[in-house]
Amino acid sequence: MESKKTSLFNLHQKHEAKFVEFAGYKMPIQYKDGIIQEHKFTRTKSGIFDVSHMGQLFIRGKEDLTKSLEKLFPLDLKKLNLDQSKYSFLMNDEAGIYDDLIITKIKEGYLIILNAACKNQDYKIIEEKLDNNYEMNLSENLSLIAIQGPDAKNVLEKVIPNSNKLKFMNGKNFNFEDSSIYITRSGYTGEDGFEISINNNKTQKLVELLLENGSKLIGLGARDTLRLEAGLCLYGNDIDLKTSPIEANLKWAIAKSRIETDYPGSNIIKNQIKNGVKKLRVGIKPETRVIARGETKIYNDQNKEIGKITSGTFGPSVECSIAMGYVENTYCSIDTKIFLEVRGKKVPANICNLPFYKKNYLKGEINV
Amino acid sequence: MSEVKFSKEHEWVKLEGEVATIGITKHAAEMLGDIVFVELPEKGSNVEKDGSAGVVESTKAASDVYTPLSGELIDINQSIVDDPSKINKDPEGDAWFFKLKMKDKSEIGSLMNREEYDKFSKENSS
Repeated sequence: MESKKTSLFNLHQKHEAKFVEFAGYKMPIQYKDGIIQEHKFTRTKSGIFDVSHMGQLFIRGKEDLTKSLEKLFPLDLKKLNLDQSKYSFLMNDEAGIYDDLIITKIKEGYLIILNAACKNQDYKIIEEKLDNNYEMNLSENLSLIAIQGPDAKNVLEKVIPNSNKLKFMNGKNFNFEDSSIYITRSGYTGEDGFEISINNNKTQKLVELLLENGSKLIGLGARDTLRLEAGLCLYGNDIDLKTSPIEANLKWAIAKSRIETDYPGSNIIKNQIKNGVKKLRVGIKPETRVIARGETKIYNDQNKEIGKITSGTFGPSVECSIAMGYVENTYCSIDTKIFLEVRGKKVPANICNLPFYKKNYLKGEINV
Repeated sequence: MSEVKFSKEHEWVKLEGEVATIGITKHAAEMLGDIVFVELPEKGSNVEKDGSAGVVESTKAASDVYTPLSGELIDINQSIVDDPSKINKDPEGDAWFFKLKMKDKSEIGSLMNREEYDKFSKENSS
């Protein structure tokens, strides 16, 4: 099957993108500046990310929709305000994660942003769990653009007036070229920023205006180093069907009011919160520049295997090798000495705090 | 007069008498992207033609470095270990990887000249 192209494909080409196949899409991994420069530009100025491959699922329905969705997600959706967003998961009955997602309450229902590789399966799971009672649309007509970094608010403000008034994890409809666009203050880089849902035929125009105002296109390569420095999980690497949100150290995303109530995997989550977990996601810093990538085995000082790495890279802003992985719970305290097996050699490393890079989110209403 | 030759694994070889200086080509460095880690064999060790002789890692992936010639490593370039970004800046100059004393000069025969390599790398870049 031929890979899909996003509405920005021609613009990516014009900016000398190197493309990779990702979840059935031809996506830019980097542009001519390279991953490190693109990463640093996002941390110091602002970067534009084409994330149109991600799923934008609209679910519309009457009042009972909120109740029905609460059977799916461990969130207190009744308390979610209009235009407010939450991070959550779609789980199976064993509390394994089908996908991680952002759900936003919109006028007619909810908008759920899904990972590209999971979106079609997610659609089927959600459709089945909702018994086909609601109108669901996984949009093909919309693109999704993120602008991230300390200058993002100023750049976007010049193109979309009043967008800088948005609060963290809140969204609003704006007008662009006689077309309605939906902007949320969110992202996945550890920086202040926005995600913009916009009609495919207006996307290039908007991005060109952002570029004219000093932003730059950033590829998926830098998106990965940025999110890893920020300690954020990549679905398929750091979380999947074999990890629960508790093991992934994402308990904060489960609404306290929902711990005793029913949703897929709720019994296991409740038990794990009460009795603890056998393995836990941690931050890891190798003592040398060596990079410990996903699947690298982790050992204790007695040469006993105690876990494995799920993501690892060189962090351009922290200027050292960084990784995340799962270790047995007795090894998860900060500064525990561990060893990573890279190309047959044992590399010393230490368990460390996440994130590696201090977040620069806009201060404001953050209630989890 | 020194002579520069190229291997199919994208290494360059500068020949001066018994000594070969070896690094990775500009084409290889561009394909790898930003290089962030280098591991080289120890000085004094012996390497065999087409055998592994170190590792480079870019932000994207790890790749083995192969030696196109057999011999004893008489010098390694510590400066690229300390600052791997030098390889992207000057891959065919200051950022050489190691120097070896050749064991068998006939191995040079399997290498390409610049023109042949340029054609090869053009055909083999994806």
